[in-house]
Amino acid sequence: MNTTDGPTDEHWIDPEIIRPYVVTRGRTAPTRGRFDLISMALAIGPPPGPDAGLDPEHLSILRLCREPKSVAEIAAHLNLPAGTIRVLLGDLFDRELVSAQEPQSEVDMRDVKMYRAVLDGLRSL
Amino acid sequence: MAFDRSERPRLPRAIKILVAGGFGAGKTTLVGAVSETRPLRTEEVLTDRSVGVDDLSNVEAKRTTTVAMDFGRITLNDEYVLYLFGTPGQERFWFVWDELAEGALGAVILADTRRLADCFPSVDYFERRGTPFVVAVNCFEGAPSYELAEVRLALQLNPEIPIVMCDARKRDSSREVLITLVKHSARLRAEPVG
Ligand SMILES: Nc1nc2c(ncn2[C@@H]2O[C@H](COP(=O)(O)OP(=O)(O)O)[C@@H](O)[C@H]2O)c(=O)[nH]1
Ligand SMILES: [Mg+2]
Repeated sequence: MNTTDGPTDEHWIDPEIIRPYVVTRGRTAPTRGRFDLISMALAIGPPPGPDAGLDPEHLSILRLCREPKSVAEIAAHLNLPAGTIRVLLGDLFDRELVSAQEPQSEVDMRDVKMYRAVLDGLRSL
Repeated sequence: MAFDRSERPRLPRAIKILVAGGFGAGKTTLVGAVSETRPLRTEEVLTDRSVGVDDLSNVEAKRTTTVAMDFGRITLNDEYVLYLFGTPGQERFWFVWDELAEGALGAVILADTRRLADCFPSVDYFERRGTPFVVAVNCFEGAPSYELAEVRLALQLNPEIPIVMCDARKRDSSREVLITLVKHSARLRAEPVG
């Protein structure tokens, strides 16, 4: 998705060099950890077997994330603090069981296309 | 290669709008009125603001506070999801605001005319931070009714900051408040949108 002039997916760094947690997309502020409260997560790949070393909470997250969910939503549904969800999601990300998407950044707030999409969405509520 | 993203399903990007205001001003009500589901609740365990929260291994050793936030979701299209966060407006929670305000599209400040002073801190905060905001005057029964111009004066709002009446219990009314904010934010940070 090219909504800004900022870095795009082409700037992904080879995983051999840096573990590609979540693309930073030209955020101006220091990152606040691997997952923002509204980073989106989606379960990917085949369901893990019993030998994957996952806890029940991990499996609950994978079930919830069959559709894209934010860290905040996962936390609310599992009734766990958001910080805990971040750690669990990190485990799943490392095992390539979830894919993640960082939220719109301060820089993205200059993108007129985004404002139009939000307006259209609100009007069709 | 292992992280080839072209093989992965696309994920929507999340946008957030903050809903601020004093206790009982109608934050949770507004979030619930426009969201897909009833408001959800999440708790953030936050460390003292001087401590970087990116280093999770250090968290246990620091002073922590738990802050509950109500929020709701509006799926806009395949590309974007909008989240509304109703957040405590007390000054002792400013460090929550700092984290939430980062990257926010803007904020709605709910003003309750029975306790107008409750929204002073929020107005000050968003002005200082440069976050676009609008003021929505929630109309409670038996509350003193003021003209919008009077509220604007009382809050010392700049003329360009939109101020509207609302009934946070009504979806249409709450949606109009959000539309006013989106247009205002676009005007300030991108270009006017209709
Ligand atoms: N009359 C009226 N009551 C409202 C309105 N918005 C909220 N309320 C009521 O005010 C009370 C507090 O609202 P709530 O959303 O919990 O406030 P919060 O503390 O800001 O989250 C609830 O009983 C609501 O039903 C409004 O626009 N008009
Ligand atoms: Mg509330």
